Amino acid sequence: MPMIVSLKNIVKRYTRGKQSVEVLHHLNLEIPQGEFLALMGPSGSGKTTLLNLIGGLDRPTEGEVTVAGERIDRLSGGALARWRARHVGFVFQFYNLMPMLTAERNIELPLLLTQLSRAERRQNVAAALEIVGLADRARHKPSELSGGQQQRVAIARALVADPTLLVCDEPTGDLDRTTADEILGLLQTLNRAQHKTVIVVTHDQKAADFASRQLHVDKGTLTDAASLS
Amino acid sequence: MKFLPLLWAGLWRKRTRTIFTLLSIVVAFVLFGMLQGVNAVFNNALNASAVDRLNVVSRISFTESLPFSYLAQIQSLPGVAGVAHQSWFGTYYQDPKNFVFSFPVDPVLFFPLYPELQLPQDQLAALVSTRTGAVVGRELAKKYGWKIGDRVPLHSVIWTQANGSSDWNFDIVGIYDAPNDPNQAVSFFFNYSYFDEARSFSKGTVGWYIVKVKDPKAAMQVAAAIDKRFANSADETKTQTEKEFAQSFIKQQGDISFIVTSILGAVFFTLLFLTGNTMMQSVRERVPELAVLKTLGFTDGAVVALILAEALVLSLVAALLGLAIAAGIFPALKSIIGEARLPANVVSLGIGVAVLLALCTGLPPAWRTTRLNIIDALAGR
Repeated sequence: MPMIVSLKNIVKRYTRGKQSVEVLHHLNLEIPQGEFLALMGPSGSGKTTLLNLIGGLDRPTEGEVTVAGERIDRLSGGALARWRARHVGFVFQFYNLMPMLTAERNIELPLLLTQLSRAERRQNVAAALEIVGLADRARHKPSELSGGQQQRVAIARALVADPTLLVCDEPTGDLDRTTADEILGLLQTLNRAQHKTVIVVTHDQKAADFASRQLHVDKGTLTDAASLS
Repeated sequence: MKFLPLLWAGLWRKRTRTIFTLLSIVVAFVLFGMLQGVNAVFNNALNASAVDRLNVVSRISFTESLPFSYLAQIQSLPGVAGVAHQSWFGTYYQDPKNFVFSFPVDPVLFFPLYPELQLPQDQLAALVSTRTGAVVGRELAKKYGWKIGDRVPLHSVIWTQANGSSDWNFDIVGIYDAPNDPNQAVSFFFNYSYFDEARSFSKGTVGWYIVKVKDPKAAMQVAAAIDKRFANSADETKTQTEKEFAQSFIKQQGDISFIVTSILGAVFFTLLFLTGNTMMQSVRERVPELAVLKTLGFTDGAVVALILAEALVLSLVAALLGLAIAAGIFPALKSIIGEARLPANVVSLGIGVAVLLALCTGLPPAWRTTRLNIIDALAGR
């Protein structure tokens, strides 16, 4: 199985004022294409930092980050933004939808950066809404949707441009158990049916159980790894 | 075009704030349209002044008369192609509010110097042969419903007749057109001979002379020669180009251009802070949303363009509304400034000012987004 993510000797330091804090210490990680990976760990362990590096939202202080065959740690700001648009779908804990836009307009956002025609964009949005089971809520604004529905819209937005991998930061952190299981089931279906590589950061063991592999991040290092399937 | 819903959503995020900002810009541009419009009308009139015509007035004051005998002396000077005279009659029709720009002239001398005033030959001949005859601009005739053959009484606020009356009767014998200069199509010209014979004082004098020069390049030399000719006389002269003359006439009412610029400067300076603050606040409130856009792959340039486009739409829509209102009100000034339409150059200038306003108010917050750290913004830091 080809590797979609390859992290080599990653060090990440944050500098706040005169203080420098090393969050990740010489970390190595490889993720094969089509994997559903759960990154677990306590708060402040560095799991979100690791996810941000994989998603191209942040750069390592040292080391190499190769995702989808590209050394993204070497890309300029603009090139990295274009790379994210092409390769990564993001799902956040608090959905981060545009409050003034309807569900379909929110989902359409990543497609605005493509050359697709209006008709093609509408077609893709409709398909994404169908996948997440919200075809009847297309014209609703986020404030008119439940938390679970908003997260489905966020997943549809992450999916719509057909990214190489889905990066999810605590996607069920703000949802009740039943809704959380539905969302995780949806991510699992996307992984199995569409062979999407899914990386989920969570501190919830039940959420992590949906993944095919679990890794534990503790104090900036990968301390525990278990293949469940 | 595909970014329009996103743009629209940004603008209408705080509906009330956007409406009030829009209204304040609209009001500023109504003021801009009206004031700049009046200024432009005067400037257009100045620019339309002929380069080959000079005006000779008394050195003491524009209101002082000059002897009629100067006509022949000016005509004899080298470089002079033609001379005519004109006087300020100062009249109204029926009501003091109906001010009429009326001038006694010698039609034979006057009209050849003003080819832009189109008067049919037979009507000019009728004016020459009719002692109480008068020709009026088409706009003026339209305003009061005058036609050829009408007898029109005008009341002069300056000139009385020998019989003590200030009411002067005229017979309309012609209507002239001035297609290139609407200001001239509102004037009333009549025979100097009638005026000079009937008036009770200042006989044998004229208000000012109009001199046509053979070579416009030599206009300043001819002007100097005229003033030199009458130097140290009882009635010294001051000769100016038609444009300078019109400028000094307009300045009798105050420096309109300076007043307009000062008022508009103050208005737009205030507006700059008001709109700038609104844009800054609007962007500050949307930092997490802008961070999401960047996360999705919008480049710094795309986000800057989006914010600038918002500022541009707000500013341009408001400016066009304001200018449209000004254009609607402008015809009401026709009786005062003689122009019924907001000049096109004012609309163009207004659009330019709106673009500048959008750039000045949109660039600072837009530039701020380029320094926005996605991770910090998403974390609410």
